[in-house]
Amino acid sequence: MSPAASPPRLRPDLAEIAALIEPHTRVLDLGCGGGELMAHLERTRGVTARGIEIKPERVVDCVAKGLSVFQGDLDQGLHDYEDNAFDYVVLSQTLHLVSRPGLVIREMLRVGARGIVSIPNFGYWRIRLGLLLRGRVPRAGCFGEPWYTTPTGHVMTLCDFRDFCRASQIRIERERFVTGPGPLARALGRALPNTFAQLGIHVLSQHHAAPRPTAHSRA
Amino acid sequence: MAGDEPQMDQAPQRPDLPPWQQPDSVGIVETRTFTFAEPPDEMRLDSGSKLGPITLAYETYGSLDERKRNAILICHALSGDAHVAGYHSQDDRKPGWWDAMVGPGKAFDTDRYFVICSNCIGGCKGSTGPSSVNPATGRRYGRSFPVVTMADMVRAQKALIDHLGIPALLAVVGGSMGGMQVLEWAINYPDRVWTAIPIATTPRLTAQGIAFNVVGRQAILDDPNYRDGDYYGHEPPKRGLAIARMLGHITYLSDESMHQKFGRQLRDRDDYSYEFDVDFEVESYLKYQGQSFVERFDANSYLYITRAMDYFDLADKHGSLQAAFRAVTARFLVIAFSSDWLYPPYQSKEIVSALRANRLHFAYYEIPSNYGHDAFLLEKARISRVISDFLALNYARALAEEKP
Repeated sequence: MSPAASPPRLRPDLAEIAALIEPHTRVLDLGCGGGELMAHLERTRGVTARGIEIKPERVVDCVAKGLSVFQGDLDQGLHDYEDNAFDYVVLSQTLHLVSRPGLVIREMLRVGARGIVSIPNFGYWRIRLGLLLRGRVPRAGCFGEPWYTTPTGHVMTLCDFRDFCRASQIRIERERFVTGPGPLARALGRALPNTFAQLGIHVLSQHHAAPRPTAHSRA
Repeated sequence: MAGDEPQMDQAPQRPDLPPWQQPDSVGIVETRTFTFAEPPDEMRLDSGSKLGPITLAYETYGSLDERKRNAILICHALSGDAHVAGYHSQDDRKPGWWDAMVGPGKAFDTDRYFVICSNCIGGCKGSTGPSSVNPATGRRYGRSFPVVTMADMVRAQKALIDHLGIPALLAVVGGSMGGMQVLEWAINYPDRVWTAIPIATTPRLTAQGIAFNVVGRQAILDDPNYRDGDYYGHEPPKRGLAIARMLGHITYLSDESMHQKFGRQLRDRDDYSYEFDVDFEVESYLKYQGQSFVERFDANSYLYITRAMDYFDLADKHGSLQAAFRAVTARFLVIAFSSDWLYPPYQSKEIVSALRANRLHFAYYEIPSNYGHDAFLLEKARISRVISDFLALNYARALAEEKP
């Protein structure tokens, strides 16, 4: 059901996320934007995709791709979604923009068996270096916008995120990293992601020992 | 925001041509009628009463494709009629009520789709309603007309769609009360609807909605000219109907849109009259709306149609809203407007929740707008794009698949 237009090139982190998703599964994309990932998954993997997007004009873009999308605010939670309704819940480069990231992650793992989160790494070496040498938050990697134009900003490194998962009884099943171009950058990114990855992609699930939250635990 | 955008009247594409000859106009159209449910095969109504014969006034634009997959049914709102687009004659000054949306190259592109609209039963624009003559008595029905529901209105529309030989509608679309009918269509005739586009509507009329209807009806019922509904041939209850309409118009606007449109501006005067004349622009507007309405609408129809809206409650009818949509297969495009306080976005989201719970394919689009409930008629630029994209994709799908 996608338009016949030539498939657009997928953002690198979205391509990584797509590669982590099994075919013919149910996927919920939180902050789905214009639906690039959903359209790709439906077209190439036979996935049933649903999206949530806050910007009306992006919702229109999704409709133009034949996608199922809900215009809504992630900070309102996912209370309208049943437990385990999806195989994967994706949150790409959005976690640092929501006002209650912990809640969003918990909700992801309630409505989906697995969560896939991509987060911009504030520990990326160019950011560290810029901060050290220039004394200013650099606009590098995913932090392209100045601090005063972004709605909310939670700043975290990949290590911070792992700490959070450990403390919250969330299992990181797999990780992928987006690095700068070239074999050296890629090798360094794999070896020392907290310093050399621009972006971390984490496949999350609840520790089975932990009881699943009930449908309305949020309330 | 929305208020800055051009609305309603845009410059004609061809200033040298009259409106009905504009390239994006459907041109001169005529209202046709279809009569069915002749006794003894009257249509059974939700109330248990029977109604027949039933005449539906309808208009169509464009033509049905060979495989009959391009038909779109538009359902009108409370005061609407079958005349959606085009002109009834060369001298006709006003086009149909949704002319901005229906025509060659418009959202409902009549070069691609076959567009149908019929006046609802209970109405007064050519379809059988309380002002029609009851063939059994030779007199107008008046209050002997049976109370009808949204589902009854849709049941009659379905008879028309059968008559036109359309196996399934590519889309059923409507705003406000028309949106209620869209929901009834998708729920009651799931194998006849490919897609549903409910706009600025609700799965049930709330107490607030009923309350406004109550006051409007009371104004009519208390008009001395009402005569228990048997006013035909006499002076009709114009004052009551005008008050009902004035009240209605308040609910279609918003605080913001009233402020922008009228503010506290005075009408043709520099100071207060210190009387009860028309001082304010808003006063003049409402008076005008009320007075022009009574020339074109029947008071009994106002009672019957608002009653049908009062009774509209899908959750109550089906046990729950989720259960109501259990058999539905249509894809949905649900549109709501941020400043609509008559059918606020949360009510559209209730529809969406039921769709989600049934794992249906839907898009929910909430348009930031200051126009209040009227936005569904005014925000044509925004709804045009999303609707034309939605229709184009689903037409391709309808051509490629069999209706499940």
